[in-house]
Amino acid sequence: MPTPYDEMWEKLNLDLEAHEGLLTVLGKFYGDIYLSQEGRLQGTEYLDFVLSEVHGLRIKELQDAKAAGRKVIGAFCVFVPEELVLAADAVCVGLCAGAEVGSEAAEQVLPRNTCALIKSFVGFKLARLCPFIESCDLVVGETTCDGKKKAYEIFADYAPVYVMEIPQMKNACDRDLWKAEMLRFKAKIEEVTGQAITAVKLKEAIKLVNARRRMLRRLNRLRAAVPVPISGRDVLLVNQISFYDDPVRFTKKIDELCDELEAKVISGQGVAPLDAPRLMLSGCPMAVPNWKVPYIIESSGAVVVGEESCIGARNTRDLVDEGAETLDAMLDALVDRYMKIDCACFTPNAERLDHIVAMARDLQVAGVIHYGLSFCQPYAIESFKVGKALEAAKIPMLAIETDYSMEDVGQLKTRVEAFLEMVR
Amino acid sequence: MNNNLVAGLDVGSRSIELVVLEGGQLVDWARLPTTFDPLAQCQRLLKNLKARKLVATGYGRKLMQEKVTDREVITVTEIQAYALGAGQVCPEARTVLDIGGQDTKVIALDAEGRVTKFEMNDRCAAGTGKFLEFMAAALQIPLEEFGAFARQGDRRIQISSMCTVFAESEATSLMARGESAANIALGLHLAMVQRTAAMIRRVGGRVPLLFAGGVAHNPCVRALLEESLGHGLFVPPEPDLVGAWGAALYGRKKC
Repeated sequence: MPTPYDEMWEKLNLDLEAHEGLLTVLGKFYGDIYLSQEGRLQGTEYLDFVLSEVHGLRIKELQDAKAAGRKVIGAFCVFVPEELVLAADAVCVGLCAGAEVGSEAAEQVLPRNTCALIKSFVGFKLARLCPFIESCDLVVGETTCDGKKKAYEIFADYAPVYVMEIPQMKNACDRDLWKAEMLRFKAKIEEVTGQAITAVKLKEAIKLVNARRRMLRRLNRLRAAVPVPISGRDVLLVNQISFYDDPVRFTKKIDELCDELEAKVISGQGVAPLDAPRLMLSGCPMAVPNWKVPYIIESSGAVVVGEESCIGARNTRDLVDEGAETLDAMLDALVDRYMKIDCACFTPNAERLDHIVAMARDLQVAGVIHYGLSFCQPYAIESFKVGKALEAAKIPMLAIETDYSMEDVGQLKTRVEAFLEMVR
Repeated sequence: MNNNLVAGLDVGSRSIELVVLEGGQLVDWARLPTTFDPLAQCQRLLKNLKARKLVATGYGRKLMQEKVTDREVITVTEIQAYALGAGQVCPEARTVLDIGGQDTKVIALDAEGRVTKFEMNDRCAAGTGKFLEFMAAALQIPLEEFGAFARQGDRRIQISSMCTVFAESEATSLMARGESAANIALGLHLAMVQRTAAMIRRVGGRVPLLFAGGVAHNPCVRALLEESLGHGLFVPPEPDLVGAWGAALYGRKKC
């Protein structure tokens, strides 16, 4: 079916036929998982709209921004300091990589036993199915794991890639490295955009991104109420959308959603029965449209009340200090904030264990589901320590390892149901 | 229909078991192979069943809930069913091992028989009954005799791959080197037991351990497992009925 965006997609060199197929599948998937929910908030119309226009209107906005001389910078990781991108008047978009797309093409350049997320971003590019990647003037990679690190070398043959080196420990010399990387990135962004990053602009960008983080924190406080006023799936979607919608619009829309949620909390309305087990997710990020495990959990009668993940609490927990006045002090504030990220790529990474236990206690969950993507070594290995920390805190945990395919849904459902029978 | 009867149906990948309880007592049981048409096989088992209440477990439990309309059907996971069944056949059990057709699970129980932790193999059938079935076929030994055959082995060879496909090619190269079929069979059993023992240790491995599921019939797996764990196993007389029995008990609890 022709759409008003066909010409734009063609210009972006998408494979139109396959792209139409992808959108059809996505639409159906979204309908089954999201639109079928009962008692959804009015404010989720925004989510539905953004999702339905994810490859349409949002891409049009990016093209318009480009036509007006702005640059589009894509990133895959919460380590990429978005503030610097925004301070250079560029648009920052999180590249999703949450669907099993183009895996055949990806497997021609990557080993089969590569994690689904890496295969997905390479697959999206090789199969010409992601208008975001095609809109990017720069794609920023990072060295969080060996898989990504090496995959960017291959990806660089197809897209303009820049890689940030992420420290793996948290000593003073690691902070020095990260500061140097922050400066190198600043210079790169200035070069790509032709704009100087000034103290005034950076201060504004810091406030903008902090405002979005604060809003997501507000959402996370409200969603934790008893009874739970919003499904975990919807909150995950809000977090996912935060990576690619315009930050000002997003914050405003989520503010409205939170107001509605607040009223619901005050009147004690829930989306799940009071006795529905409250669970927390922990582990690998779930990028759009990876809703598989939350859907399995919530369709089994539980409700997700927290995500200890990059697309979740990890991205919003820490704010950048807004007190700095000079450019250098602001850069230091950015360095300090980003060094607090407790990604499994760090060693040791005891903060993450503490955060998980504290979060599980705060949220009063019946249990934690640790989610790992197959072949994601950092999270797979760390799940052992997470299990021990939770066991010591007497919080049950179920570790799941899976990918984006649907063939193991039956087995996962059995495990999740058994876990719920156990924690009820 | 009889309101005093509760039935448990364990729809597994290889066989389907039916257990009927009256006031907690086992009054009837039956078994059929799953085949390619599990629904038809279940219907055969349910044909003359008088129980008004049916509890389905196993991978086909949802199918039963959808398709069986002449009586009340509820479902319970295999994990819970085996835990409850274990409470019946061996109330002291603190660990339940079930090796079925396509999955292996280990369940840790507390003193009250409640599940405290469990492990299951992931989507691949490595280390499950399917693995043995596949290997028995490769060595042209009937599955029921495979364990006894393996026990004739006189040399322990290491088979490092647990992947059914890779293990077969490993077995093939061992045959090509003139290794005896019994020794290869023994090696395959050893590989499976090593994997299972590791899974048991991951959930704590407390004793007594109840070994249930179809593979519990295999004498070689039993002997090697006892050796590897350093303690005895409790194998009930009909190890493959534990799941269906537990499902029926779940139905009694829910009455």
